[in-house]
Amino acid sequence: MAENTTTLAAVASEEDAAGQENFDRLIAEDSRIEPRDWMPPAYRKSLTRQVSQHAHSEIIGMQPEANWITRAPSLKRKAILMAKVQDEAGHGLYLYSAAETLGTPRDVLNDQLLQGKAKYSSIFNYPARTWADMGAIGWLVDGAAICNQVPLCRASYGPYGRAMVRICKEESFHQRQGWEILYSLSHGTPEQKQMAQDAVNRFYGPALQMFGPPDEDSPNSKQSMAWKVKRFSNDELRQRFVDMIVPQAEALGLTLPDPDLKWNEERGHYDFGELDWDEFMSVIKGGGPMNVQRMARRVQAHEDGAWVREAAAAYARRQAEQNQPAKTQLIGA
Amino acid sequence: MSFATNDSATKQSAGVAITAEEIAESGSTASEAVANYAVQLGDDALMLGQRLSWWISRAPELEEDIALGNIALDLVGHARFFLTYAGTAWGKTEDQLAYLRDEEEFRSARLVEAENGDFAKTIARQLYYSFYSYELYTRLVDSKDETLSAIANKALKEVLYHQDHAAVWLNRLGLGTEESARRMQAGLDELWPYVGELFYDDENTAELAGQGIAVLPSSLEEPTLERITRAITEAGLEVPTSPTARGLDRSGATSEWRGYILAEMQVLARRYPEAQW
Repeated sequence: MAENTTTLAAVASEEDAAGQENFDRLIAEDSRIEPRDWMPPAYRKSLTRQVSQHAHSEIIGMQPEANWITRAPSLKRKAILMAKVQDEAGHGLYLYSAAETLGTPRDVLNDQLLQGKAKYSSIFNYPARTWADMGAIGWLVDGAAICNQVPLCRASYGPYGRAMVRICKEESFHQRQGWEILYSLSHGTPEQKQMAQDAVNRFYGPALQMFGPPDEDSPNSKQSMAWKVKRFSNDELRQRFVDMIVPQAEALGLTLPDPDLKWNEERGHYDFGELDWDEFMSVIKGGGPMNVQRMARRVQAHEDGAWVREAAAAYARRQAEQNQPAKTQLIGA
Repeated sequence: MSFATNDSATKQSAGVAITAEEIAESGSTASEAVANYAVQLGDDALMLGQRLSWWISRAPELEEDIALGNIALDLVGHARFFLTYAGTAWGKTEDQLAYLRDEEEFRSARLVEAENGDFAKTIARQLYYSFYSYELYTRLVDSKDETLSAIANKALKEVLYHQDHAAVWLNRLGLGTEESARRMQAGLDELWPYVGELFYDDENTAELAGQGIAVLPSSLEEPTLERITRAITEAGLEVPTSPTARGLDRSGATSEWRGYILAEMQVLARRYPEAQW
């Protein structure tokens, strides 16, 4: 018995060694890891966490915008916003599917979200108070998401990278619609312009924090970059985002709430001020203005829908039985 | 102008399908009578779209967030077509009609104004409304009014999906579990009294129907109810027998729901009535 175990372990480890070798080669070649390929358990775990958190963010991220669907100030804006929030549900679905290819079913991932064991992007724990927030969320939040996600289209894990290609196409529409909402407001009445400026003031800092903590405080980034999931560091992406939005803000005729923001000729980039990382950590730990409400709404939707899902499952079972004549099972035969 | 009439909604390119903007720019002006009829059709679609859109981020499954959201989006689209066309009679935009009219100026039926309730009640309303609107649009495509016909043609392709969605869920809930059957029956029962209003012949619509422009509402009653009855029966449920609720003129005089919907929908637009968004 003991001998058998040793033999099996040896075989497994030989397989692991061959698998690791193949994995390392694929990563070195900048090639793709596919669901059936061997992968290190830590790679699988880390990606499952990243992809499912991304999915959860799409789902929770529907709430602040859904908050304004019923009050959108024109029918065209209402229709566009509905289509946008629908896209987000779609992104959640692709991403849960990508995560499932790593071996964890969607309902397990969903339970992790509902039980508070999984995180989602902290930005959605801020309130969407005014219509201009629909503009700021599209321009800044989706804009930051795009900076993060375009490099993820080349992520080493195939299903994730491919999901990101489609998501990025839709996100770029989302960003444009946000910018366009703000453009209309900043070129509208003084009250509208003020509404736009107020929204930008509130979302600027949290949007910059979407890239995660500064590089020196981001221990997981290094491994993720070695695996070629992440291609650029948090600070590199944040800089890229700031460089992108400064001229866009000028075109909008709005200011960004950072007195230290200025062009640095030497670096060829904009310098910007220190962000409030204490606030960031406090929101991540559950202290944001909306953490409790966002979770409560998701849990309630899930609980209210339980009887519907049960009915659908029962109906599907019945249909399957009717379409396939029941086989007689001879128990114990 | 002419509208394309052949392709299916899903296969149409954005350039081929009609848009509210094209209706506004087409130069066709609705008569007062046609405008009043278009308002009635547009208000039904708008109120239901508004109600359904609440489900986005609250549905039982992500797939339903998308499905109900998509139906709501179609309905808001239909509302935009009808209200834009109606507005040509009075020099008003779709938004002026949607956002700056008062309760008593709307002409929506109470069925579409009703609260969402649980998922079963929402499905009951979808069943009643989508089956009715299917019958309506299959006839309105033959309207002598070119714009109404084009709108009906576009809407019909979408309503086919709405019917399918409602019928599939009616079966799942009716034949699912004991609880789902109970809830589905309750939803059907609760909304049944408001179905009759859809078939009421007001004077203006009856006159336009005589001219081959509108569809006579009462002519839709038999075909709609016949199909609804069959669907409910096949789902193992009872066709409600309760009487139709009084007050069939869509005036709002017998609705408590309309004011709440408008209070929410119009709040921002009314606060800044001169603003462009």
